Amino acid sequence: MPDTGVHSNEIHELGNRALADAHLQEAYRSSTLRLYGHRREALREVLDWERLRARAQAIKREVTEHLDYYLEQFADQIERRGGHVHWAGTGEEACAIVLDIARRAGAREAVKAKSMVGEELELNQALEAGGVRAVETDLGEFIIQLAGERPAHIVAPAIHMTRRDVSRLFVSRLQAEPTEEPERLTAIARRALREMFAKAGLGLSGGNFLVAETGTLVLVENEGNIRFCTTAPRVHVALVGIEKLIPRFEDLGVFLRLLGRSSTGQKLTTYTSLLTGPRRPGEDGPEEMHVVLVDNGRVATLADPKMREALYCIRCGACLNTCPVYRKIGGHAYGWVYSGPIGALVTPQLAGLGQARELPFASSLCGACRDVCPVKINIPDLLLHLRSEAQEKTPRLRGTPRGERTAMRIWAAVMKRPRLYALATRLARWGQPLFTRRGWIRHVPFYPASRWTEGRDFPALAPKSFRERWEEEIGNRK
Amino acid sequence: MTTPKVALFVTCLGDQFYPQVGECVVEVLRRLGVEVTFNPAQTCCGQPAFNTGYRQEAKEVAAGVLDLFEDADYVVCPSGSCGSMVRVFYPELFADEPRQLAKWERLRGRFFEFSEFLVSVLKVEDVGARFPHRVTYHDSCHLLRELGIADQPRKLLRQVRGLELVEMDDEKACCGFGGTFSTKFAEVSVAMGEDKLDAAAKAGAEFLVANDAGCLMHLAGLIHRQGSPLKTRHLAEVLASQ
Repeated sequence: MPDTGVHSNEIHELGNRALADAHLQEAYRSSTLRLYGHRREALREVLDWERLRARAQAIKREVTEHLDYYLEQFADQIERRGGHVHWAGTGEEACAIVLDIARRAGAREAVKAKSMVGEELELNQALEAGGVRAVETDLGEFIIQLAGERPAHIVAPAIHMTRRDVSRLFVSRLQAEPTEEPERLTAIARRALREMFAKAGLGLSGGNFLVAETGTLVLVENEGNIRFCTTAPRVHVALVGIEKLIPRFEDLGVFLRLLGRSSTGQKLTTYTSLLTGPRRPGEDGPEEMHVVLVDNGRVATLADPKMREALYCIRCGACLNTCPVYRKIGGHAYGWVYSGPIGALVTPQLAGLGQARELPFASSLCGACRDVCPVKINIPDLLLHLRSEAQEKTPRLRGTPRGERTAMRIWAAVMKRPRLYALATRLARWGQPLFTRRGWIRHVPFYPASRWTEGRDFPALAPKSFRERWEEEIGNRK
Repeated sequence: MTTPKVALFVTCLGDQFYPQVGECVVEVLRRLGVEVTFNPAQTCCGQPAFNTGYRQEAKEVAAGVLDLFEDADYVVCPSGSCGSMVRVFYPELFADEPRQLAKWERLRGRFFEFSEFLVSVLKVEDVGARFPHRVTYHDSCHLLRELGIADQPRKLLRQVRGLELVEMDDEKACCGFGGTFSTKFAEVSVAMGEDKLDAAAKAGAEFLVANDAGCLMHLAGLIHRQGSPLKTRHLAEVLASQ
């Protein structure tokens, strides 16, 4: 799959391709189970987990409903401390702002920390086109950048690759020695990045949280590359979606307790950085710090009273790790940057429902995601909402069967009329011997039952329906 | 309690594919001294349309349900899916129709899923059943996560004579049915079902028991296609066995 553009409507083909790849299936199975298991372990020691979740949800509701106020407060606070704030309405604007900062800084190389927003904006491609070479310093992002792919998971971009896959990639692209030891693989990546670390005049990052009260950018990581990218280069630019705001510094206490545990099962990540403006005299750090606040469809989501709940997301990835569909089709099948249950909400919001109208249907609505979401987003409910939006507002996808709406109308017309329903089912019983053998149907020639019978048998209608049996006998017994 | 009057909501799948489930529900309730009625004007709760994004069609069909049970003390339904549709999703469906909402308010407190009715309302766990087999119980998603019902079926199963209850790994994982998901994303649905059957086999179960015709149709269909020895039963069928 190309690493640009939105391919979410290809989810059927992409998903089936993933299903047929045994190696990929095993990679996803073992990784998601490991992350899910770590999360479970980490929760055992937190006695008030449910209260934390409720509090986090309430804080996110508060900030979402007063986003304009808190954005202004954040901007004001960080500007007082020498930070620069830029407002980007669209992805193009955001990329242009970053390029402009790079040019004024005279930077031809940039070191980049992991940023989902950066992926969303296709920032690396824009930088290349603008003559700035950007290198990913997060190991997972470095790997996928080398492979020319998109992240397959919100937290672990290369989750779909085994160590052997990574080794093969490094051998082919970096002329490295083959190895499957994680420390050696990391060392190979570091070696490749070493010269960039020294040269880069620009450091790029995302942001996990923005604290409005103090004008603070909060970043969490395990590797230390974010620390480096945000302190060593002369200029630091952070790209952050406007929904990452939290109101008060003390609210960090809630979110930091939830994020690591939900994400990887860690109490805290190895590094938690709190950056409030550029360096002060006598300190280490960048001379310039810029925060680009990104809209790119978030304001429109905010305006939707139903969908704005999706903006609570703190990008922990727990929903991906628990989702039985994600575990099978993998992240790339979702066709864009955000995958899994949250991806099925965010992609239609930011890229438009027309480009992603199949995503809300790629779920059995089991609700496991809602159970693990640290901010209690009612994901299944929002998916159901998007389904009705998709049916009302977007055309049927080419290649999917026609007549679904008509079939539903007929179904409703029959179901509203009990006697017609009884008659129709009696007729179906009469006709079904053509299809059935010993109580089972192996193949139904028309959609949707034909899709069922591709992989399963379908039970025949019972010889007598319950209502017939009630009428004849059950009703009369005591 | 005077003889409670229960109206049965048998569900469309139960009516047409698994009438024995309705029959077993009636039998168990009668055994416990409950009077059961069946209003033949019932068809479907409307979930297939709602689930697929056709809210207008769902509303038209669901409206019928709201008129069926004015006189019943209780309405009992052998399905977590249909139970969730009525108790959890109807208020969303009828959010801007106050008359329908009012009818729903009068219904919701009386509408119970079958195992919930037995354990939480009748306060009965031993229904006098006998089913001497090794059984594993699958938590269907709507029953578990929308209605919060997980203990009641297990409490009932533990009182069944001769029944050995074993838990599967990942017993709360979705079986892959998911309503129209089963045909829209048929391959993923089948893959998820196969995982569930593997888990049941690993637990050494003879029977997989669940409380939802949708899950059972999907798993039984997979079992039959693959020729696996595992058997499926609805909870009501086990509870009616003697």
